[in-house]
Amino acid sequence: MRWDWSTVIEVFPLIFDAMWTTLGLTIACFSTAMIVGAIWTALKRIKFKPFNWFISFVLEFIRSTPPLVQLYFLFFAWPMIPYIGVTLDPFTVAVMGLGVHFSTYISEIYRSGIEGVPKGQLEAATALNFSTRQKWTKIILPQAIPPIIPMLGNYLIIMFKEIPLTIVVGVAGMLTVAEVYGVNNFEYLEPYTIVAFFFLAMSYPSSLLIQWLEKKMNRRFVNKPDKKGKGVTAT
Amino acid sequence: MTQPLIQYEDVHKSFDDVEVLKGINLEVDPGEKISLIGPSGSGKTTIIRMLMTLEKPTSGLIKVDGTPLWHKEVNGKLVEADEKHLRKVRGDIGMVFQHFNLFPHMTILKNCTSAPINVQGVDKKVAEERAVEMLEKVGLGNKLDAYPAQLSGGQQQRVAIARSVVMRPKVMLFDEVTSALDPETVGEVLEVIRDIAKEGEMAMILVTHEMEFARDIADRIVFLESGKIAEEGKPLDILENPNSERLKTFLQRFRSNF
Amino acid sequence: MEGLDITLTVLIGSAIFGYSIAFIAGFGRLAKNVFIRKFTTVYIEIFRGTSLVVQLFWFFYVLPGLLGIELSSYMIGVITIGMNYGAYMSEVVRGSILAVPKGQYEAATALNMSRFQRMRFVILPQAIRMMLPEFGNYLIQMLKATSLVSIISMADITYVGLLYRDANTSEGVAVFTMLLVIYFIIALPLIYITRRLERWASKGVATE
Repeated sequence: MRWDWSTVIEVFPLIFDAMWTTLGLTIACFSTAMIVGAIWTALKRIKFKPFNWFISFVLEFIRSTPPLVQLYFLFFAWPMIPYIGVTLDPFTVAVMGLGVHFSTYISEIYRSGIEGVPKGQLEAATALNFSTRQKWTKIILPQAIPPIIPMLGNYLIIMFKEIPLTIVVGVAGMLTVAEVYGVNNFEYLEPYTIVAFFFLAMSYPSSLLIQWLEKKMNRRFVNKPDKKGKGVTAT
Repeated sequence: MTQPLIQYEDVHKSFDDVEVLKGINLEVDPGEKISLIGPSGSGKTTIIRMLMTLEKPTSGLIKVDGTPLWHKEVNGKLVEADEKHLRKVRGDIGMVFQHFNLFPHMTILKNCTSAPINVQGVDKKVAEERAVEMLEKVGLGNKLDAYPAQLSGGQQQRVAIARSVVMRPKVMLFDEVTSALDPETVGEVLEVIRDIAKEGEMAMILVTHEMEFARDIADRIVFLESGKIAEEGKPLDILENPNSERLKTFLQRFRSNF
Repeated sequence: MEGLDITLTVLIGSAIFGYSIAFIAGFGRLAKNVFIRKFTTVYIEIFRGTSLVVQLFWFFYVLPGLLGIELSSYMIGVITIGMNYGAYMSEVVRGSILAVPKGQYEAATALNMSRFQRMRFVILPQAIRMMLPEFGNYLIQMLKATSLVSIISMADITYVGLLYRDANTSEGVAVFTMLLVIYFIIALPLIYITRRLERWASKGVATE
């Protein structure tokens, strides 16, 4: 197997086009995960014990089983379920499958954000006679959201890298295009390497951006460490 | 005259661009007890941290028993010391920290035996006997199997002292060892240090804010002011008849505080 | 229950390989030698920056031809999952070592421990307490990742499930529900152990 630039020139535009599908799918999946995640977080705040256990169980189940099998389930099994079952197109399967799988992680992030707001804040709001609605919109959320933005960003990148999984249900993302080309032309090296390159070229700068964001957030929300406390002495 | 145990020769130290020590010359004799006093930021802690090899001097020489600590001689020239040389010289020095720094994953006994066994190669049984004896001396003979987190600050600091003493260093450094403690446990820690000081052979350098204690225990008090030794002498002279205005103000501030 | 042996052996192989890589790369990132540090960083960024599925395809279709060697599907599965999660977990190793407070290094130095002794007796025992819960979480991630070997035609439980559904299309719901339940049952002890480790880890680490 030899690296062949003419193959690169031929396959690069194909993969570049498919990149939009992959990116679009990432955004669709992530939006779904953010919305469903919020629903989980809200449901978990209901203080009825058995219900709480049930939701925790469902979340743990979704979280600890493979998204690949969940995709298969939606694709092959869902249409056969009586009453609610409908045949779903690949794009919908991907959005539902990955969206719901990652919603369980996103809901944890929301929870950590809310719990990160000191209790005193809520008490102060009560002391100022804020309504429940005002407490959330004026006190809790403005403090809970900024610290979780970098975490959400991290999951956006993680999700982006999970999109190739949808090849199994036939979504025409970058990997799918590369595979089709590979099988038809018996050329695997260039297409797959280009796909890998695309992923690296997009996720690495994004992760640097998020690291920068994280540092900025830390500076805003955490007390500055003293000057002496930096690093380990090299002796 | 016998050779001094510790010698600082024109030692400078800068952090980034800030010079915190501007030419320190200091000698400590074997068995001598010295108190370093001075306002915060005057560089007291840095002086002993350099001796413990936790901080590297920017220039100047520090000698232990006549041997340069941060340098070694190669073909008659002094070059930067490597880890091996540091380890050889460092063996004579022990240190107790402001925040104790006990090893949280080891029992109290293990804290005191780990280094003798692994570093000095002392037989496990002997090391344990010594550690138990020392821990009894500091009043913690009943806590051998406890973990640091289960002890009060004062108790932890007494363990830290025992941990350092069992290594039998020639000089022990105390870095503001009572300033992280609750006021009611300060006394028990000072008592332990006093007992060890009475035994005599070990030299001690104490960085402290406890003036009374500094006076009781020290053979000599050294007053540091913005990176230089401003005054030194016998405790009574320094504390009762300070020469410089600066020392006077410093001492006054202390008296009015306590 | 066919295919369970493949799923489990791939999981065990990937875990052993992944944890080893995590330690090697984690220490590599902390090495004094600039070359080692740079090399490790490049490895980590490549494996974290590209997708696991893409890596699997690359290792399956490209690598054997490139190197001119035959690799079994098992090897490819274990190498891909191990190297991918090894890269992620190396950050856990590095982060935990750096998270041990500076005072612990200083106390160990004051007791005249060598660099190796400091690591062995003081730093690692505390760092490992912080690593283990994370390692547990990643073990569950790796379990989920083992299902990917079905894509390269290894007969793990997912693959067996797919074959069975192809033969009995009417039983799709039962097959995939079963599959999810089996994965969950394998995950349960891992979840339990991870929780226990989290509780255990909160003790025995210096906070100052």
